Formats: sequence, structure tokens, C-alpha cells
Amino acid sequence: MSVGAIDRVVEEVFRREAGRVLATLIRLLGDFDLAEEARQEAFTAAIEQWESTGVPANPRAWLIRAGRNKAVDRIRRDVVFRTKIIDRETASAEADAAAVSEDEDDSTFGDDRLRLIFTCCHPALSAEAHVALTLREVCGLTTQAVARAFLVSEETMAQRLVRAKKKIRDAGIPYETPEPPLFNQRIHGVLAVVYGVFTEGYAVTTGTRLVDAELCAEAIRLGRLLDELLPVNPAVMGLLALMLLHDARRPARVSQNGDVILLEDQDRTLWNQAKIAEGLALVDRALSTPGPLSPYAVQAAIAALHVRARKKEDTDWPQIVGLYEVLLRLQPSPVIELNHAVAVSMVDGAARALDLVDSLTARGQVSEYHLLHAARGRFLQQLGRPLEAREAYRSALALATLEPERRLLKARIESIDGLPAGD
Amino acid sequence: MQYLLLIYSNEAEMAARTASALASMMAEYTEFTKGIIQAGHFKAADRLRPTSAATTVRVRNGQVAVTDGPFAETREQLGGYYQVEAKNLDEATAIAARIPGAKVGSIEVRPIWPVQA
Repeated sequence: MSVGAIDRVVEEVFRREAGRVLATLIRLLGDFDLAEEARQEAFTAAIEQWESTGVPANPRAWLIRAGRNKAVDRIRRDVVFRTKIIDRETASAEADAAAVSEDEDDSTFGDDRLRLIFTCCHPALSAEAHVALTLREVCGLTTQAVARAFLVSEETMAQRLVRAKKKIRDAGIPYETPEPPLFNQRIHGVLAVVYGVFTEGYAVTTGTRLVDAELCAEAIRLGRLLDELLPVNPAVMGLLALMLLHDARRPARVSQNGDVILLEDQDRTLWNQAKIAEGLALVDRALSTPGPLSPYAVQAAIAALHVRARKKEDTDWPQIVGLYEVLLRLQPSPVIELNHAVAVSMVDGAARALDLVDSLTARGQVSEYHLLHAARGRFLQQLGRPLEAREAYRSALALATLEPERRLLKARIESIDGLPAGD
Repeated sequence: MQYLLLIYSNEAEMAARTASALASMMAEYTEFTKGIIQAGHFKAADRLRPTSAATTVRVRNGQVAVTDGPFAETREQLGGYYQVEAKNLDEATAIAARIPGAKVGSIEVRPIWPVQA
């Protein structure tokens, strides 16, 4: 085999197996950094040796054994690395490492990736650490890429990762997938992290930040991995469906000059039909799987009703209202109440919706939420009360931080009185 | 791994409890302690007198300052501890969750820093 050919083969193997190899090495060695170095050395060894020995029948097992052997050698030789894992039982790490055989199959390695996700999302770590570790260790993003996504310096993100890994070592956070009673609680933490990554990429609507689309793509990739590792889990399917159905609308969300285009004004021909098809299939599966109803699945069902409408006039608003009411019973929240009110306005009119929003405001939880004021503005405009509408939009503008949303609100204000808005 | 489980609660609220509520909590503690001894986790435990009996010592520039009270005024105060042996953090937090005081206060789970030989 020519030199160029072996590089390409190893690259292909890397693409397919790097994540799984890392996850297993982390379990065997009990340390993220050690595992990462071991993986690096394993792939280097592959490039050096496969040219003459040929590509092994089970490349993944070969790489894991190679990585483990190099790490164990290093542990024996190097005091620094020994003290890194002095609190873990070194002997058991070596014993585990010895257990890697040719026959280990997908189910074992699949478990390692799941273990890794649960470890990165362990409740004893901070929310920031969850996202940083998951993106870095599970998705394989560079520290620089993760830093860029969250608008912090690479140094800051590197420190965050170092602290998180230190907490895992010092406090004895285990590399384990939790057992059934605890599992249901912890999976929701994992899903919240994945959804958090998605909304981070979805909320910034300037359209000029390439990294936002990448964040959504990573979240979807994580969702697909979880669906693969935890089949027939309605919450996982629901979340993946929700993300796909939202992401499908990305091409239509932002205009040429970076303005927000609301769902009702979007060019639906721009929506990604492949993602929609995948999302709709997942919603059906999630809703027909026995077990408690997942809020993600209900939100996905609402998104499904929106995308099924060829034209906005075809939107099944009464069904959407019903689904929001189901969602409110599962997961009461001011944001969902607001969305419910908007749906109600499409069925029962703006006056009824305004009542709902005013009741929400009276309960005092959301006065700082700009979208609440924006919604009030819309309803008041629809009711032919422009001066009050303008006040509401002004309140919204005072609270809105994202530039595209601010432009939209200013445009609304201008349209009411024909004069440019202040500020 | 060894952990210290530090039991914090609001002393004023605890003092305001009825005699029977207190007795019932003490019985729960006895049960709990027996359980972890049997399971092999127990290393040590003590109940502490309230912060009204505390004294704080600081030495600065060679001067020893002794003052009345805890090291700081906090919303919840340290009332006792368990030292336990646990496989990992999940086992330690599961034990902590069964401490009767966890229902009314906070249990801080702190890994013991082993002395390097």
C-alpha cells in the first residue's frame, strides 16, 4: 500500500471510530487527558504499522488495545501520570484494560459513549461544564471551536474544561451510566444539555454566525447518537424531532440583511424537506411509544403541525392550542403560557389572547420577558388600539437584546405612527 | 474514596422544633447510622454543639485573636458530620441523601484529600 493510501485509510477510520475509541479509553484509563493522549498515540501507531501489517479486521479494538498499552507503559514509567490517578484504583484500571479483546462488539462500545455523555452531564458539574465537556469530549470539537460558540476566549474555555476534569477526578465522579431508578432523572439532565446547545445555536438569528448552524448540527448529531444508543425512548425521539423540525426552517428565518422573518412570513419552499421528513417520522414514533408523554414530544408535535401546513392559512391552530394545553399540564411555564396565548389568538381572537397574557403578567413572573410585551403589542394592534400597542412595543424594545429582534420591534413602532422610533 | 458529609441547617429553625419532632429526628439518625455501619461505609460521625458555643481563632502577624462565635455568619450552620467510605461520588451522595438532616437543611459532600505517601 502506498504511503498516501494508508493515511487516507487511517483518516477514514478516525472519522468513524475516534469518538468511540476515546469513550472506551476514558473508561479503561479513568482520565480524559490520558485517554486523549493514548488515542493520539494509537492512531500514530496505526499509521506506522498498518502499512506493513495491513488494516486489522477490527480496527477499533486494535486502536483501543494500542492506546491502552501505551498509556499503561507511560503510567508505569512516569510518576506524574501515576499521581494523576493515584486516587483511582490503578490496579483495577490495568485489569479493565486487559479485558479489551477482539470480540468486543458494538454494544460494549456503545455503552462507553453513553457512559461518557452521562459523565459529562453529571449533576455534580456546573451547567457550563456540561456543555463545554460534552462538546469537547463527545462531539470532538476543539477547545477553540467551543470557545467561539460561547463567545469566550480560548483561555477561558480551556480553564473551564480543566476545572471540570479536575472536579471529576477529585470528587470521584464515576464513569458510569446510571442504573434504572436514577437513569430517568439523569437522562433529562442530558437532554437539557443537548437542547441547551441547540437553542444557543438557534436563538442567535443574525444568520452571519456560521458557528450557530454548527451548534445546531452538533446538537442534532448528539440527539441522533442518543437515539441510536437509547432506542424507543420517547423523550430522546421527541427532542431529536423538535430540533430537526426547527432546524429545517433555518434557511427561511433570516433575510438578506439579517432581519428576523417570523414563521408566518417565511418562504416555506426554503424549508429543508429531508429534515422535516425525518422529524415527522420521529414525532409519530415518539407519540406512539408507550410510556409517560414527553414534553419534548409534545413540543415536536406542535412544530410538526406548523411544518405540515403548506401555507400559513392551512395551519391547524385549534390542534396547536390543544397541544399547548397538554404541554402546560406537563410542564407549566410562563413562556409556554405565552405561546399558548398566541395560538389562542389565532382561534378565538386577540381579545381572548390579551386576557390570557394580562393574567400571566398579573401573576408577576414575566415582566422582564420582551416577547411578552411584543405579543401584547400584536394583540393590541389587532384590536385597533395602536397607542397602547406602541407602548407595549416600546417596553419590549427596552428589554430586547438581540439586534435583529430590536430592528423588528422598531419597525413595528415606526409603522404605527410613521415617525422613526427613538433610541 | 473517603468523604466528609457536612450537615448544615438553620439553627434557629431547628431550635424551634417541638420535643417530639426532635426525638423523632434523633431516632432517624440512630437508624441511619446503624445502617451505614452495617453496610461498611461508616468511618466516624459527631454531632456538634450549636454555634452559640463556638469560638474562632485567628493568628495574624503573630497575634492570636480569639473571638466568640463561628468563623462567619451564615444562613445555615454546621451541626454535625459523617465520615464515610464510598466507591465514588454517586455512592456518597446517595448516602448523604439518606441523612435525616437532608430533608430540612443541606449536606455538603467533600472528598477527603489523601496525604501522598
